[in-house]
Amino acid sequence: MSSHTHTRTRTRTRAGTIALNSIVVIGALAMVFPFVWTLSTSLTHGAGLSATPSLIPSHPSLDGYRELFTRTPFARVVLNSIGLAVAITVAQLVTSTLAAYGFSRFEFRGKKAIFATYLATMMVPFQVLLVPLFVLMRDLKLLDTYLGVLLPSIASAFGVFLLRQAMNTIPRELDEAATLDGAGHFRIFSRIIVPNMLPALATLSVFAFMSSWNSFLWPLIILRSDDHKTLPLALASLQGQFTTQWDVIMAGSIVSIIPMLTLYIFAQKYIIQGVAGSGLK
Amino acid sequence: MSTRPVTSRLNLGSAPRRNVRTPTRASRHRRHTLIALTFLAPSALPLLVFSLIPMVRAMWTSLHKWNLIGPMRWVGFDNYVQLVKDPDTRAAFGHTVYYIVGYFPLVFVGGLALALALNRAMRGRNFVRGLYFLPVVTSWIAVALVWRWLLNPSVGIVNKVLEAVGIDGPGWWTDPSWAMPSIIFASAWKDLGFVMVILLAGLQTIPVDVQEAATIDGAGAWRRLWSVTLPLLTPSIFFVVIISLINGFQVFDQVYALTGGGPAGSSEVVVQRIYDLTFRYGQAGTASALSWLLVVVVLAVTLIQMRGEKKWVTYV
Repeated sequence: MSSHTHTRTRTRTRAGTIALNSIVVIGALAMVFPFVWTLSTSLTHGAGLSATPSLIPSHPSLDGYRELFTRTPFARVVLNSIGLAVAITVAQLVTSTLAAYGFSRFEFRGKKAIFATYLATMMVPFQVLLVPLFVLMRDLKLLDTYLGVLLPSIASAFGVFLLRQAMNTIPRELDEAATLDGAGHFRIFSRIIVPNMLPALATLSVFAFMSSWNSFLWPLIILRSDDHKTLPLALASLQGQFTTQWDVIMAGSIVSIIPMLTLYIFAQKYIIQGVAGSGLK
Repeated sequence: MSTRPVTSRLNLGSAPRRNVRTPTRASRHRRHTLIALTFLAPSALPLLVFSLIPMVRAMWTSLHKWNLIGPMRWVGFDNYVQLVKDPDTRAAFGHTVYYIVGYFPLVFVGGLALALALNRAMRGRNFVRGLYFLPVVTSWIAVALVWRWLLNPSVGIVNKVLEAVGIDGPGWWTDPSWAMPSIIFASAWKDLGFVMVILLAGLQTIPVDVQEAATIDGAGAWRRLWSVTLPLLTPSIFFVVIISLINGFQVFDQVYALTGGGPAGSSEVVVQRIYDLTFRYGQAGTASALSWLLVVVVLAVTLIQMRGEKKWVTYV
């Protein structure tokens, strides 16, 4: 290959790289556009009544937000969502780490079968549980209560699986050394196991929080009164209340997106790792 | 209470001290199991009560006529037979398959292209990846509202832009023939980043020296993609196929929020039908039967995929 053609191919691949990068960046902007559009609509008073609002509102107004928080119990709804998401996350962290320790550090009869049963519960789609769980919650008088939303999510087979995998990578020699030093299970658990699997715990936290924050079908069935609703439910009913007041509806969307967005910015590494990790069998 | 402590105390005089403090193998084993089960209990009990028992109850309910309030009436497999004949249920399965067939190619080709493009060295790569992943973490309801607004037939931005170039935009979610395509489009937008991340993770497991060896052997970029990268990526692709199919059959949130199954039932999917049967028509038995039918279909499709796995998935 002469040096002449060599340079030519290099310029060609360079041009190709630039073109490809531009496409990727333009695509990313297109991806984010709906969010930007949502934000600008939420700041346009009377959006949707007459004309299409402009991307940069000429007279930005917070009326949409004001109306949202005065005419609906939206502040309460945000607190409901945060409270439930935090409670579910904490519950899953506790129950899953304990179970993972049981599976990872003990040998006992029936262990394989029990673990397989855990995994089996992961395969059952939630729709199957819809009717029986609803009836159970009705019998327990837990309809329209936070506890009714919370209970089915306090344990997560996925969480147990994730943490067990992480725990298996912590060398047992560490526990054995601690046992010789006279440490009990609690000491081993809190001093050796937990500090060594913080990334996995972070991943599970993010997932638990995210799925609670975004969950829709189950809260839809359990929660009735307006001030018990979670964000997705309140959002879904905004449309009925504010049919064409798109600034109010989009304000609601923005309010629901911001907490998750903040969490995402801080935990991006764990979110993407977690998703990718679950994709690697 | 066990008598073991007493016996061991009785032995105290004759046996060496060490034996007292070391319990027999069997009792140590039992104690061991007990401790292990204590660790499992906080998750095992909820899973039993809120997952396993309801599963069995759903099976039982599906063999009855039941309106959620009155007594249950045994009907055997009638609910299943009825469902298979019911035109609305068939339509719901049809819409669900329509959704999967439209959604999967979009999200797969898009996700693969993105994964390949963002696996190269590029400035700000992580930030760009993050932007593509953003819709994945957002709730479907918020996203659906946003899309309802973007695709608003009269004042939505999409139709305005189309109008500007001389195209008369359709009533995206008010026109029966456009409702499902709108749902598909919005879903592909939301899930693109998810597919991208899984394929990226797969790409990163492909050893660099394999690619280099292919380059030295004179393989061009396309040849490397076709003969090296894609075959080695098949395990991740397989995972994407399985997950997309399972999630596709269970599609609900976006349909509920974007179209509510309408207009004129043109986008009613299976899960929506389960929901309607239970809470609108009070047919809990039929709804449970439909949910099991859905499980069977998903399981069958997954098993077929797994059977085909050996033919095209390469594990190194």
